[in-house]
Amino acid sequence: MKLTGAEIFIECLKREGVKTVFALPGGVVLKIFDTLHQQKDIEVILTRHEQGAGHMAEGYAKATGKAGVCLVTSGPGMTNVITALADAYMDSVPVVCFSGQVPTNLIGNDAFQEADNVGLSRPCTKYNFLVKDVNDLAATIKEAFYIATTGRPGPVLVDIPKDVSMAKAEFTYPNSVSIRGYNPTYEGNKWQIKQAAEAIMKAKKPILYVGGGVVFSGASQELLELAEMTQIPVDMTLMGLGAFPGEHPLSLGMLGMHGTYQANMAMHYSDLVIAIGARFDDRVTGKVSEFCPHAKVIHVDIDPTSIRKNIHVDIPIVGDCKTVLRELNQILRATVNGEQKELRKPWWDQIREWQQAHPLKYHQEKDGPIKPQQVVKRLYELTKDRDPIVSTDVGQHQMWAAQYFKLAKPNRWLTSGGLGTMGFGFPAAMGAQAAFRDRLVLCIAGDGSIQMNMQEMATAVVSKLPVKIIILNNGFHGMVRQWQDLFYEGRYASSYLDTTPDFVKLADAYGAVGLRVKTIGDLDTVLKEALATDKPVIVDVPTYPYENCYPMIPAGGCNHEMLLEDPPELKKKQSGAAKVTPEDKDTVLTA
Amino acid sequence: MEHIISVTVENKFGVLSRVAGLFSGRGFNIESLSVAPTLDPSMSQMTIVTSGDERIIEQIVKQLNKLIDVIKVVDLNETEFVSRETAIIKVHTKDADRAEALRIVDIFRANVIDSTPSTYTIEVSGDPKKIEAIINLLQPLGIKDLVRTGRVAVAREPVRPVAAQAKKVARD
Repeated sequence: MKLTGAEIFIECLKREGVKTVFALPGGVVLKIFDTLHQQKDIEVILTRHEQGAGHMAEGYAKATGKAGVCLVTSGPGMTNVITALADAYMDSVPVVCFSGQVPTNLIGNDAFQEADNVGLSRPCTKYNFLVKDVNDLAATIKEAFYIATTGRPGPVLVDIPKDVSMAKAEFTYPNSVSIRGYNPTYEGNKWQIKQAAEAIMKAKKPILYVGGGVVFSGASQELLELAEMTQIPVDMTLMGLGAFPGEHPLSLGMLGMHGTYQANMAMHYSDLVIAIGARFDDRVTGKVSEFCPHAKVIHVDIDPTSIRKNIHVDIPIVGDCKTVLRELNQILRATVNGEQKELRKPWWDQIREWQQAHPLKYHQEKDGPIKPQQVVKRLYELTKDRDPIVSTDVGQHQMWAAQYFKLAKPNRWLTSGGLGTMGFGFPAAMGAQAAFRDRLVLCIAGDGSIQMNMQEMATAVVSKLPVKIIILNNGFHGMVRQWQDLFYEGRYASSYLDTTPDFVKLADAYGAVGLRVKTIGDLDTVLKEALATDKPVIVDVPTYPYENCYPMIPAGGCNHEMLLEDPPELKKKQSGAAKVTPEDKDTVLTA
Repeated sequence: MEHIISVTVENKFGVLSRVAGLFSGRGFNIESLSVAPTLDPSMSQMTIVTSGDERIIEQIVKQLNKLIDVIKVVDLNETEFVSRETAIIKVHTKDADRAEALRIVDIFRANVIDSTPSTYTIEVSGDPKKIEAIINLLQPLGIKDLVRTGRVAVAREPVRPVAAQAKKVARD
């Protein structure tokens, strides 16, 4: 039987196991929407902006490990989703984005709402397709899902002209895909893995540096085994949080620009860095020439281009983290004995010393302004038994969340790492909530970034996605303000946001629930109330505006040279500065 | 250092822009690029002349390999190769100059492929130095137009694909 392009699209999605599509209609995709409307297997979540649809697909993908799907129209629909595609590309998120295109006979004519979708998305997708013939549609969709989810995952765009969605073709879905230019390497080179095992046996000061690759590869169990067997400390990147249990005694927490003291010191003084599914990003390496000066480097990554891109690697292993770690563990199991523990005792003594010398710290006065770290810490303590999924936007709140919200398992942490996309957190949380309706999904946001996709609150309310948003509201683009304080002599150029909007009223206007924490004493009560609500909630928490995020390695600085607190001149300035207390803010808001 | 990279790609629309976009997006250099279908019409052969230190060339080769439409990448500098470039040069030739032009054509084993009362159009092939040399000699006559193909190159003996070489390097 012949099916229309739109029907073929739906049949393909069903065969790929897609349950949810995040979408916003427009002229050239109407046929697809009309067909979606007449079936029940795939849920359509109507977003209020295409960027939201893209980030929801990302959140869905990160939480489930499967491809997230979004559907947008041509022209502005496409340009709006570009940010989400670029974000997914940087953070290796499997997203398949379908875009509408003007009819094939109009392509290139500057038709209404026409854009060169393939050209626009080329630098920010793993691959993209323009389907010119309905007979190619099914095979193309199959390839799109295959490319998005295999190897190093990433976003793939399929551009479907209007006439292709309406034309008819015989439907057959291919069983397998063969692309001669695309054969990801999963098995690591055995000889190299043996070399790695030998290096691990000999190392006196080894450190595991693990990233998002471990999460996507599902290698957490293998990582845990490796770390426990060899007693090697674990540093996680921002993207790798959750790959290893945050409260595990071997975990040193996050490393990098705002990583913990012990995590960065251990990297700097280590004699063997074992990088797994991480890419030596500049936020991790700091000054490249002085990065890990004493260490041999083992690098396991499925993407050969990640290896030796920024850092010299002694033992490169191209392969899937899970497959390689299994093999490595097998070798080590036969050779590891008590000697390594003895050999590394001085290393652990040193690490414990670092841990005790400079733990993460902040000072919460009993009646003073609310410190953002305290909010994250309490939120963590109140929710950790519920195994929540946590998303963040980008900025200070993101770093505090990374430092204080200690995730126990992978696929619970949704954050924008590589691209640093403000406005990511809320829609990503909604995507995860759409995948897991019964789970607790938290979005830790800043007052700046939440406003970048605030419109999706309408989606959350209508589509019943009860995400809990906690806004650490300091009235600033906080990270910008922090840099201005540290490097621009405190001139707050365009970083002050003032006290508008009133997020409580805003939540109310959308039909969600708005709550405000007025004093530190209210914090637990209000958080508990929010957590007990079955609707989308905004918890507005006015926090101390001048709190800075430490430790901090200034950009281009060296990993062992961290700022651990405000420099003295800054402290002095702030003690004299007019402090905005939560009460003041409240007065302003209700005046 | 200059490297000649031979890239076998899928012969379909958009592939050239993927390759060109990779170079511009990552700040790699392209000195010349030539592309045409291979014996198998479903594939095209690109010859890219680029430059960079060892680390950059390694990245170029890896990034090219990562492109889904790229089937095979060979860094010809890793082996012996021969390369040629063709130039078509239109020269003003009046009276006495016509004989001089023909002498130069003869010396360089070039061909006159078109002729008018006042011009010769000359085709010459060779390595870049030879092309430069004939241009220098023809310049006094007055070059009206000049087009160059960019280099094409082929290995002098079968080379292994870069993927296999990368493994070898890794072992070293």
